[in-house]
Amino acid sequence: MAQRAIREYDGKRILSRDLGFQLKAVLVDASTDWKELEKENKWLSSSKLVVKPDQCIGKRGKNNLLLLNASLEEAKKFVTERLGKKVTIGSVSGALTHFLVEQFVPHKTEYYVAFKTDYDKDVVLFSLEGGVDIEEHWEKVRSYDVPILSEGLKLDLPDFPEKKKVTEFILKAYKCFVDNDFAFLELNPFTIVDGEAVILGSVARLDDTATFKGTWEIDFPAPFGRELTKEEAYIKSLDEKTGASLKLTILNPKGKVWTLVAGGGASVIYADTIVDLGFGNEMANYGEYSGNPSDEETYEYAKTVLDLMTRGEGKILLIGGGIANFTDVAKTFKGIIQALTEFAPKLKEKGVKIFVRRGWPNYEKGLELMRQLGKKTGLPIEVYGPEAHMTKIVPLALKELR
Amino acid sequence: MPLFTKETESIIYGRQAAAVQRMLDFDWMCGRAKPSVAAIVDASSQNALPAFFGAKQILIPAYKTTKEAYNKTKAEVFINFASFRSAYDTTLEAMNYPFSTLAIIAEGIPERQTRIMAAEARKKGKILIGPATVGGVTAGCFKIGNTGGTPDAMASAKLHRQGSVGFVSKSGGMSNEMFNLIAQHSDGICEGMAIGGDRYPGTTLVDHVLRYEQDKAVKIIVVLGELGGTDEYGIAEALKQGKVKKPLVAWVTGTCAKMFPTEVQFGHAGAKSGTAKESADAKNQALKEAGALVPKSYDDFGELIQKVFEKTAGPIPKETTKPRMLPIEFKDALAKNAVRRAESIVSSISDDRGDDVLYNKVPLMQLLNEKATIGDVISLLWFKKRLPKYATEFFEMILKITADHGPAVSGAHNAIVASRAGKDLITCMCSGLLTIGPRFGGAIDDAAKYFKSAVERGISAKEFVEEMKDKDIRIPGIGHRIKSVKNPDARVTVIKRYARKNFPSTKHLDFALEVEALTTQKKGNLILNVDGCIAAVFLDLFSSCGEFTKEEVDDLVEIGVLNAFFALGRSIGMVGHAIDQKRLKQGLYRHAFDDILYL
Repeated sequence: MAQRAIREYDGKRILSRDLGFQLKAVLVDASTDWKELEKENKWLSSSKLVVKPDQCIGKRGKNNLLLLNASLEEAKKFVTERLGKKVTIGSVSGALTHFLVEQFVPHKTEYYVAFKTDYDKDVVLFSLEGGVDIEEHWEKVRSYDVPILSEGLKLDLPDFPEKKKVTEFILKAYKCFVDNDFAFLELNPFTIVDGEAVILGSVARLDDTATFKGTWEIDFPAPFGRELTKEEAYIKSLDEKTGASLKLTILNPKGKVWTLVAGGGASVIYADTIVDLGFGNEMANYGEYSGNPSDEETYEYAKTVLDLMTRGEGKILLIGGGIANFTDVAKTFKGIIQALTEFAPKLKEKGVKIFVRRGWPNYEKGLELMRQLGKKTGLPIEVYGPEAHMTKIVPLALKELR
Repeated sequence: MPLFTKETESIIYGRQAAAVQRMLDFDWMCGRAKPSVAAIVDASSQNALPAFFGAKQILIPAYKTTKEAYNKTKAEVFINFASFRSAYDTTLEAMNYPFSTLAIIAEGIPERQTRIMAAEARKKGKILIGPATVGGVTAGCFKIGNTGGTPDAMASAKLHRQGSVGFVSKSGGMSNEMFNLIAQHSDGICEGMAIGGDRYPGTTLVDHVLRYEQDKAVKIIVVLGELGGTDEYGIAEALKQGKVKKPLVAWVTGTCAKMFPTEVQFGHAGAKSGTAKESADAKNQALKEAGALVPKSYDDFGELIQKVFEKTAGPIPKETTKPRMLPIEFKDALAKNAVRRAESIVSSISDDRGDDVLYNKVPLMQLLNEKATIGDVISLLWFKKRLPKYATEFFEMILKITADHGPAVSGAHNAIVASRAGKDLITCMCSGLLTIGPRFGGAIDDAAKYFKSAVERGISAKEFVEEMKDKDIRIPGIGHRIKSVKNPDARVTVIKRYARKNFPSTKHLDFALEVEALTTQKKGNLILNVDGCIAAVFLDLFSSCGEFTKEEVDDLVEIGVLNAFFALGRSIGMVGHAIDQKRLKQGLYRHAFDDILYL
């Protein structure tokens, strides 16, 4: 996979472990037993609290999702009232499922530091004026490059009263950033209380390919607002069980254009071409299958798509793919053909037209099987091989909708 | 200069038999004199890797370390098939040797590790391709690993000889498609590189674009980028600065991302929609503004490439070269019905080619679901039939009866002696089994032959006994060392009772008992023994159950299948004796002097 956002709680958890400070924060969800929580975290009842949703969403203050300087009772009430509720942030709606409850720390100064990666260097950004309005004072942010093969971060901050403590803290945080394969880490704001740095807010992304190193164990949250439909969840569950790749995103269940495409790269290009030719609004799904799925897997995958399209308003089915490297085309078509045969009456009833394009290994046989399927079932199927370019079937198919 | 020549040699890290063969097939198609793989590195085994160069089989040496492989071959390319866990260490080590190009195939290497490898490579002036890639190819010269796909696809994309298009993409999966598309719309690629789908690849799109600019063999440059990352802006910058003067046709995929409601991670780690700057639309726009030729959509990519090629290099030349003929893989030829050969082995009882093993066409899982017995399995594998329950139960009864007969009999004794000599279980069992023959346990088949022949000829028991006496043959299945008329063998009693109760006919048993009646008149212990009884009863079963033709019964008796019941049953006992001796820690057996008559 790649860089993935993590919960603020998890980011702070890793920092507290590596920097050696006590974490006064807990993650609360529907399963939380408040009594247990209180028993294990005495500070919850003895200090004032901050409460906010912890689901990788920004602008929480501006969306009335931030509770400051609250008692435990108030915090509980705030969470209970909001758990499971749908909220809209920008253009995305989703349910609130996780809250961060942490100690409220009265403070004067708010510093900003962020660490990010670039091709050949890490970049450290620092500002004396941190806080929610950091972007308004962006010109005051200083940037320090750390070339990837250099000795490490050399930090030369301007003079200010807490310079020594802040420098010390940033150097430690940077080490934590490097050691834990963070892809991005923003501590905004942080402050110094009684000579110790305290992180008030943080945003982080981890490079999830580093999971195998075992430096952390993280349950990566799904992107906010991305609740899977039944069919998407089913394909995801298949995907997780196999070494092959099976992906399905429903964009518009009433769309007329449906795709069954082999290959990650090819699937994007098919979707692009549909959009570029002006039919983005009719594109019903995005998805791909690759990595040598079994007959059973392609059958289940195709069946799911065909079921959706025949329940909706599908008119066009693109069975596409590039020139395969070593995947046997005829073999991967087997499961698809089985599903098409099963859905043939419904597809005919809906007037669906099918367009096929694929190349190598054993594509001649695969395409022949598709032609035979057309003859046998009476489904209108147009079939192309590597003599036609990959997206040739897209304009051909879209002509049917004009 | 292209990255690779017809003389380029490589070292493959990992025992990648398939990838090596594909490279050698490409070498052959290109007409190379020498294979492109000089050695492989395999820490766990240094057995040479057999592969075909054309029709000839060769051995590719395997070394324990990259250092040794380099020292022995002086190859210039290192292709690393190590997993995402170990690719970092192995690549950094390989960079200590004078490889000019290194490729990393593994996907899922942490970004920080890749960035360090990329920086090391740059510092040392090496070209690093990947990670997360299929590799790349210099047409007509050398290809990395699995690039290009099957020989048919490579021939169709004209990879066996050099064209004049320099191509670079992120996606490895799309490279075959693009090689083919370019071959249809120009004279084909000169070189094609897939830099890999990671956010921070070892070499970037612009690195290769700048190389193509310097390469005299490249007339036009084709780039296939994708959303995510800022690599394409490097190309735009190079165009603006005049560092790239050759015509450059580019397309950035992922224009569909704007249709998605939330952030989507496409297949590649680097292919993530996010900031507007990293979107496909913005990058296509920037490339266009910088002077690249950008189609309206991917669908027009081929036509635009052709237009640019024809404008730069003239009409597409007629193809004159053919790849050197590659021998067809035997299994491929077989699949296409292009060859025939009589099979060396014929088998009719089981088939393990499908998902479930078949015992005489019956799936094993079905047998388990039906709670089929060992008797059913024997029916299928020995007799190729489903037999009635009374028959399969009878088989199991015989197995139980023959399973053991104490430690003193030949088979058990041999198993015991072998076990005490410290031999392994299988040897002990075989040692016991090898005693089965005409004198021990082998009487069943012989008895069956004589009883069967006598019954078939319709002679009386008296005639039979006299006949045997004339021929001076002891009647097999008659006689026991201890048991007698007065002291009958309980096993025989049980078998007789079972046959009488369940079998449609017991004429062979009846005949055998008539024989017994005569022989016991002569001597009390000349009874029908357990071997003879089993033989007669089996004949009754085969001939009366209705599942076998007479020819089949003849065959079974001729083959000697009845002894198989004894051998199978007694194996249980022999294994038991062998285990028993080992468990009892019995030392080497030596026969006592005083028990041997020395002559």
